[in-house]
Amino acid sequence: MQNELNIMERIAEAAKSITTGVDATDIEHWVTIYIMGKGYQVPADLTILTAIEFAGYRFIRGCGCRQGFCGACTTIYRKKGEYRLQTAMACQSRVEDGMYLVQIPFVPAEKASYDVGKENFAASVFLKYYPEIAKCVSCNTCTKACPQDLQVMDYIQAAIRGDFEAVAEASFDCIQCGLCAMRCPAEIVQYHIAQLGRRMYGRYGSPIPEHLKKRLAEIEEGKFSKELDVITSASRKELEKLYAERVREAN
Amino acid sequence: MIDILLVSSENEEFLEKISELSGETITLCDQCGTCSGGCPMVAEMDITPSQMMRMTQLGQREILETKAMWLCASCYTCTVRCPRGLDVSKVAEALRQIKLRQAIDYIDIKKIPEDEINILPQIALVSGFRKFTG
Amino acid sequence: MKIPYYPGCTLKTTAANFEQSTLASAKILGIDLIELPKWNCCGTVFSLAADDLIHHVAPIRNLIRVQEMNDNGVIEDEKRLVTLCSMCFNTLKRANLFVKENPDDLKTINDFMNLEEDYQGDVEVVHLFEILKNMGFDKISEKVKKPLKGLKVAPYYGCMLTRPKETGIDDPEEPTIQTDLLKALGADTVDSPYMKVCCGSYQTVNDKDAVARLARDILTHAQNEGAESICTSCPLCAFNLDNRQKEIKEKDPEFEGIPVFYFTQLMALAFGVEDEFYGFDLNYINPTPLLIKKDLLKN
Repeated sequence: MQNELNIMERIAEAAKSITTGVDATDIEHWVTIYIMGKGYQVPADLTILTAIEFAGYRFIRGCGCRQGFCGACTTIYRKKGEYRLQTAMACQSRVEDGMYLVQIPFVPAEKASYDVGKENFAASVFLKYYPEIAKCVSCNTCTKACPQDLQVMDYIQAAIRGDFEAVAEASFDCIQCGLCAMRCPAEIVQYHIAQLGRRMYGRYGSPIPEHLKKRLAEIEEGKFSKELDVITSASRKELEKLYAERVREAN
Repeated sequence: MIDILLVSSENEEFLEKISELSGETITLCDQCGTCSGGCPMVAEMDITPSQMMRMTQLGQREILETKAMWLCASCYTCTVRCPRGLDVSKVAEALRQIKLRQAIDYIDIKKIPEDEINILPQIALVSGFRKFTG
Repeated sequence: MKIPYYPGCTLKTTAANFEQSTLASAKILGIDLIELPKWNCCGTVFSLAADDLIHHVAPIRNLIRVQEMNDNGVIEDEKRLVTLCSMCFNTLKRANLFVKENPDDLKTINDFMNLEEDYQGDVEVVHLFEILKNMGFDKISEKVKKPLKGLKVAPYYGCMLTRPKETGIDDPEEPTIQTDLLKALGADTVDSPYMKVCCGSYQTVNDKDAVARLARDILTHAQNEGAESICTSCPLCAFNLDNRQKEIKEKDPEFEGIPVFYFTQLMALAFGVEDEFYGFDLNYINPTPLLIKKDLLKN
């Protein structure tokens, strides 16, 4: 039974057949990539992540959703013949011939502890927890490092002048991969500032949806109390039955 | 008793470094004291701007342990009054940079009290961090 | 007159009253201040180290915005950039001068920024005082609905407007530009030898007692000459002279504080703009009692 296999063995199984149904001899296009300095031949149409697994590595850190959303598979690489160090998410970028790469599974940045409910809705909240943002020199290195193409410098500047809405909007797609913080000469941790900005904006800045307000009022008034009582007092068997017989679109 | 000060090649190197970093010909200073007279922060300083120039001319590295260069407010009063056209504020900046570029900050940005952060204008923090941290 | 305008971080937060009163009074004068569509902190203060280029990137980026405004047709053939905050003015103007005098360094800065168009070097950084002077102070007087008669105000110049000489808008030892403006508004200006002595600037972050001592000298000398208020153009001077009166009083309970205005607040008052634009609620020492006493504000 599947549950008896050790979790690591299951991952190893899953990582094996990435080019399912295709034999190595059938692959026409190969490229050479260098993982931490060691060279490997990999099929040209793989992502960095799957290419590293093809080369025989097993990810136990630095790999998550494989869909470009969790920010775990941060990669720094250099293309052949170029001097620039570039950034990417390994699960979203294809390999290129001569790619020289390394994974950064973790960024040890410090996050401040705060309670948004107790803070002033003003620029001073950023300066209180992250005074280093006043050291920003507008060099734009963070923007250049961002694998999501976000305007990072712009939202840090917006934070310095207390424009919470701009911080929230510009940083919305941030996956907290940490590359901006790693390269910043002023030692700012941009994504933590963005998170504080979004939380503050959500609490104090953005309008409260009317339908949510209405629904909350209905719940307080007890409109759904009867149905909630039915479910909370049901047994496990009754719940399983309710779940199995629930109305679904596919039915 | 006469104190004799020997200027070694290390001293000359230090003077060279500060001259380069500030872009000023520090040996031009004739110790007239005008800068010290106009400096708004001189009452708080351990050495005066003129003394700062003199110690730099003699290449004395001990100047890096003085407080005067950190108390400079970059008001440029010395700059506009120096009869020899020297920019003393640039010399103070060069001395600060020697320390800051070794990652030795003058203030700890995390130690600013919360009630101050709530009222200080951004320009105070931006300029303060610019001058006091690397 | 439409002119690109750089506010600076502080004018959007603790000195919002400076901006509000400026926009309102500029409108009366027919000056349309068009804020740069995108701007960053100017990175005050100007970096004095001879080999430093990274700290000039921030001001130069803002000057490129002015170029872009011209290129995109947001503004027609106007390469001047007007600022209000003295510190921003000084940093932007000094950086501009630096790159004009050092074309090799400008090239390095342009190459570094890479994602921006190159800064060509032909933007001119001006302070609002210069615009007003060019208009002619008599033209300003014509717009005055309520002359500030009886208001004894000492115009405080601080450092960044007049020093160093290469970028100053007036003589550092005997400046008159703010005095002339206040006279045009009908105020009784008071001269004091401490009007150009530094307020302590960023020392307020680390050594507020030193700043309190400087502020006390500046305020007391002005009061000795008969001043009942101070007028300034810099949010940091305003903070050091206004908010730090708290520290002065802690050391000397006998000290009598006086209010500190931004010059545009007095312009707004004199032009008879609606009082929502005065922004006196953000001034630390409330100027309203003084203004009521002088019959310049209704109760």
